[in-house]
Amino acid sequence: MQTVDDIKPCYPLFRDDDYKANLKNKQDLYEERVPADKVDETFQWTTSKEYQELNFKREAITINPAKACQPLGAVLCSLGFKNTMPYVHGSQGCVAYFRTYFNRHFKEPVSCVSDSMTEDAAVFGGQKNMFDGLENAKAIYKPDIIAVSTTCMAEVIGDDLNAFINNAKKAEHIPQDYPVPFAHTPSFVGSHTTGWDNMFEGFQRFFTLNKMEGKVVGSNGKINFVPGFETYLGNYRVIKRMMKQMDVGFTLLSDPSEVLDTPSDGEFRMYSGGTTQEEISDAPNALTTIFTQPWQSDKSKKFAETVWNHDVPKLNIPMGLDWTDEFLMKVSELSGKAIPEELAVERGRLVDMMQDSHTWLHGKKFALYGDPDFVIGMVKFLLELGAEPIHILSNNASKRWSKAVQKILDSYPQGAACKIYAGNDLWHMRSLCFTEKPDFLIGNSYGKYIQRDTLYKGKQFEVPLIRLGFPIFDRHHLHRMTTLGYEGAMYVLTTLVNAVLERLDDETRGMGTTDYNYDLVR
Amino acid sequence: MAKLRQCAIYGKGGIGKSTTTQNLVAALAEAGKKVMIVGCDPKADSTRLILHSKAQTTVMHLAAEAGSVEDLELDDVLSVGFGGVKCVESGGPEPGVGCAGRGVITAINFLEEEGAYDEDLDFVFYDVLGDVVCGGFAMPIRENKAQEIYIVCSGEMMAMYAANNIAKGIVKYANSGGVRLGGLICNSRNTDREDELIMALAAAMGTQMIHFVPRDNAVQHAEIRRMTVIEYDPTHKQADQYRQLAMKVLNNTKLVIPTPIEMEELEQLLMEFGIMEQEDESIVGQTAAELKAGAAA
Repeated sequence: MQTVDDIKPCYPLFRDDDYKANLKNKQDLYEERVPADKVDETFQWTTSKEYQELNFKREAITINPAKACQPLGAVLCSLGFKNTMPYVHGSQGCVAYFRTYFNRHFKEPVSCVSDSMTEDAAVFGGQKNMFDGLENAKAIYKPDIIAVSTTCMAEVIGDDLNAFINNAKKAEHIPQDYPVPFAHTPSFVGSHTTGWDNMFEGFQRFFTLNKMEGKVVGSNGKINFVPGFETYLGNYRVIKRMMKQMDVGFTLLSDPSEVLDTPSDGEFRMYSGGTTQEEISDAPNALTTIFTQPWQSDKSKKFAETVWNHDVPKLNIPMGLDWTDEFLMKVSELSGKAIPEELAVERGRLVDMMQDSHTWLHGKKFALYGDPDFVIGMVKFLLELGAEPIHILSNNASKRWSKAVQKILDSYPQGAACKIYAGNDLWHMRSLCFTEKPDFLIGNSYGKYIQRDTLYKGKQFEVPLIRLGFPIFDRHHLHRMTTLGYEGAMYVLTTLVNAVLERLDDETRGMGTTDYNYDLVR
Repeated sequence: MAKLRQCAIYGKGGIGKSTTTQNLVAALAEAGKKVMIVGCDPKADSTRLILHSKAQTTVMHLAAEAGSVEDLELDDVLSVGFGGVKCVESGGPEPGVGCAGRGVITAINFLEEEGAYDEDLDFVFYDVLGDVVCGGFAMPIRENKAQEIYIVCSGEMMAMYAANNIAKGIVKYANSGGVRLGGLICNSRNTDREDELIMALAAAMGTQMIHFVPRDNAVQHAEIRRMTVIEYDPTHKQADQYRQLAMKVLNNTKLVIPTPIEMEELEQLLMEFGIMEQEDESIVGQTAAELKAGAAA
């Protein structure tokens, strides 16, 4: 029983005898449960090779897809612009989902509005909702920009954002010159990374497409950085830090690192920081544009190339040692600025760390999943560390991406044992973790269910989860960390090696059995 | 290169949109123009006369087979037929399920992203199912797509009613964008004074009857062979009719925001031409028995 003097949360409360008896009673009398041995038999079957083959033949459904939908990405992109209110044209529930999704990851309030389309809007079209929505959002929340994306509902009935927004201006719901960049973001196409890309292209269009006259590539002497769907706030900061250290003029196009990390000082900030309208308008004048997550930036890259006439360098995500080197050298080449000593020292420290830890990481097997650029970057860094990313999975990656990852695997001896799964989901990953056990699983919070399931089969089958990626709901503050640059590689390396050591401690704590290896020094 | 002109053809179901479009396109191709037809109708019959096929394999059909639209290549969906005309069918669901409008949106987005609208093209024609029933079927007239609309109609009440309705749809998009009505194409059903009637309708709607296509069996003879008249019998006088239509479209400068008329006006017009009789309001809602009693009294 719960008592006032000793309030317990559900765990351990439900493990008390009275609750256990109560729950058992409910199961026996009302649940018509399949006998426990049958449940267990089925569970064991789902861990078999035979089941895996059936699982990979699965066509009709996706189970735990390891991706989210387009407007989620559009909202993150919009949050990166100064005084901008993300506005989702469609149903209210979708927006509640985006907000909670980010709340749970960033532990921050996330401002975003919907125009609340209901049954009548589905029949008559959502133009009226948009008229009222734009007018109200501007009046109440006083943003400088409203960035519009769409949910499935508006997309299925074919609402035309361009026409609706123009009509809203014509009908004077909002001023003619008020900035309303927009993007169609049907959730049933692509993923959150596509949505980010589409929304960013919407910003490019609005602020530069018809204003290219007088723009000269290189005239502002800066380099643009486009982060893509990026949820590690440290990654925004590390780009800025490195560019300052190099004394390179730069513009970060979409930077939500302030608004998603506001201080608790008694003042609520609906908007904070972010790329300014002047900066995005001036972007075509830059030397070029670097996309730090190029696999997730198809449309905006094309725009930069064709409309801004930027010669976009072919770079990989700056993760790990090699690719950070390449990144900095390219920036140096483009800007004519040398890489300063402090970055060289930072690099040296990373190499030192890699050497210090390599005995623990060499030959360790990892299963890995997430967004395409994160995964390809992790694959590269794991290989650099001598580790083996044996299962590489990305639901929202393309065939071209698979080929690129394969090329990287081919260039390392341990790459031969590694396999790529593009378009697969976490239920496939679960099978792989049973049939060909990795030492660890790297991914977002959803991987914890795979850890639970593998542990249920037996301690020796358990695949511990290392939390890297998005979303991370069940650990605090990891979103503030960094995965890009040498600094990011240091964080990733620290996380990996300590997970290995934690696990080793866990296995060698047996008093008088395994504790001969329960060492003080590792 | 000349600027690409994108035209959408609308009209009541069964009026002869697809036949007229394909004959018009064949005539343009014959005149050396590079044309693409995008069929926006789940029936997928917008390109059969150009390709001599029963029904072209559609974007949506291929996408469903491949798993998603992203797995398709442009070459999979684009066929080239008579006169080098490029043909695409958007396709859509079986009757009674799914959402055909979304199919149109998906197909057109796909074509844009894959670069189907290449610089050599002079014309793109969208052959759109029946009425502008939902947002999806208005996709071809969104900003930066079709700028010219042609409505196929005939001198029948429902065809004219539909034409007027379509004009209402155009007004919605014309106010925010550049889409304009290019005119009515009268596909004759041999009703009395049909040409005058459609001209009167066009005038009332602020547009023109761009051409009167007379009824001729040659069209059916060609269709049985899955050909346009232009290809089947280029010397036939009906082929010249389509050539005239093509020239008029080519040189058309009368692009307007239409002024759709009220139902009463339309009925008035129909009565003037004897298609509809003056209604006797006094008999509305009276049963036969009541009428008989009334007559006896």
